[in-house]
Amino acid sequence: MEARVSVIEKRLKNIKRIISVASGKGGVGKSLVASSLALNLSRKGYKVGLLDLDLYGPSSHIILGVKDVFPEEEKGIIPPNVSGINFMSIVYFTEDKPSPFRGIDISNIIIELLAITQWGELDYLIIDMPPGIGDETLDVIRLVKKSEFLVVVTPSKVAMGAVGKLLQLLKELKLPIIGVVENMKMTDSNYIENNVSKMGLTYLNSVSFDQNLEGSIGNADKLLETDFMKDFDKIVDKIS
Amino acid sequence: MHEWALAESILTAALEAAEKEKLKKITEIKISIGELQQIEQDIFEFALDGIIEEQGGKLKGVKIKIETEKSTLKCKSCENTWKFSDMKKKLKEDESEAIHFIPEVAFVHTRCPKCGSPDFEITTGRGVSITSIKGEK
Repeated sequence: MEARVSVIEKRLKNIKRIISVASGKGGVGKSLVASSLALNLSRKGYKVGLLDLDLYGPSSHIILGVKDVFPEEEKGIIPPNVSGINFMSIVYFTEDKPSPFRGIDISNIIIELLAITQWGELDYLIIDMPPGIGDETLDVIRLVKKSEFLVVVTPSKVAMGAVGKLLQLLKELKLPIIGVVENMKMTDSNYIENNVSKMGLTYLNSVSFDQNLEGSIGNADKLLETDFMKDFDKIVDKIS
Repeated sequence: MHEWALAESILTAALEAAEKEKLKKITEIKISIGELQQIEQDIFEFALDGIIEEQGGKLKGVKIKIETEKSTLKCKSCENTWKFSDMKKKLKEDESEAIHFIPEVAFVHTRCPKCGSPDFEITTGRGVSITSIKGEK
């Protein structure tokens, strides 16, 4: 009998809200949305944690410019505080080397991370999910019972095709979907909004494509000043 | 001391099982720890004793038996098998410490010693599990 799963609920019990930022498609800006959500909430005075569960391609640490920190050991491991966010990622343990994991290994890593991380009291824990509806998504659904889902899509029929499947699955399982964010919007098309509404879900808002955003990657203070964040702030107000 | 977190998970799981089986008291818990976890057994036992003393109740006086399961690995490319203990000496201190926290990062820091593939499996010796619980109804 696997023992670590039993303690996960205890580890998460002092967290008021858990929001998993997910998408059926890669490259839509999940990590940027997750990191920005964590930063934005933290600047509003909330106690925030960020867990990067994209185990093959973690990128929240790049967006936030996390360097030279490592969790402390105290009855488990305590996430280091980075730009006001308690940040946990596999990257502390991989030294940013390639991470070739198969499904069973992914599940074991998620169980270990959730069992040994001591988050303490938080208003929000944001989980940066990898794309798709594979192991990580199924494990979060299985192990993090009180997670709500914030789903990210880009203005693309291809992206909506894949994201629609994630939304269908979450709906089928009656899991709480906060809403859908349309990222990198460049035209006035209502295609995404109409599709989300047809599914009976909340279209939170769009975030315009910000061509100056790349220059702010790796610097939390600069990120907070971007046009991206100005648009995103309206979404944060709706969900916090 | 992340051994404390794992010790707590064992006792939480044992109490859940006791609840399910309607045990009034747990008298013995047998634990299997994968070698890949590289648990410091003294610290782990110290943590178990501390939590048992603090919680008391059904756990009061429980006997704990700990077994370490040797870790064997098998390459999916060339079918070579090897033991984690054979390769541990070749690991740098920080790589070994990373595997201690998250055993699966063995796939990041090590390769098949015969063909160099990262595509191997951990056939035995990971995780923390309870192999048996004895108690009184």
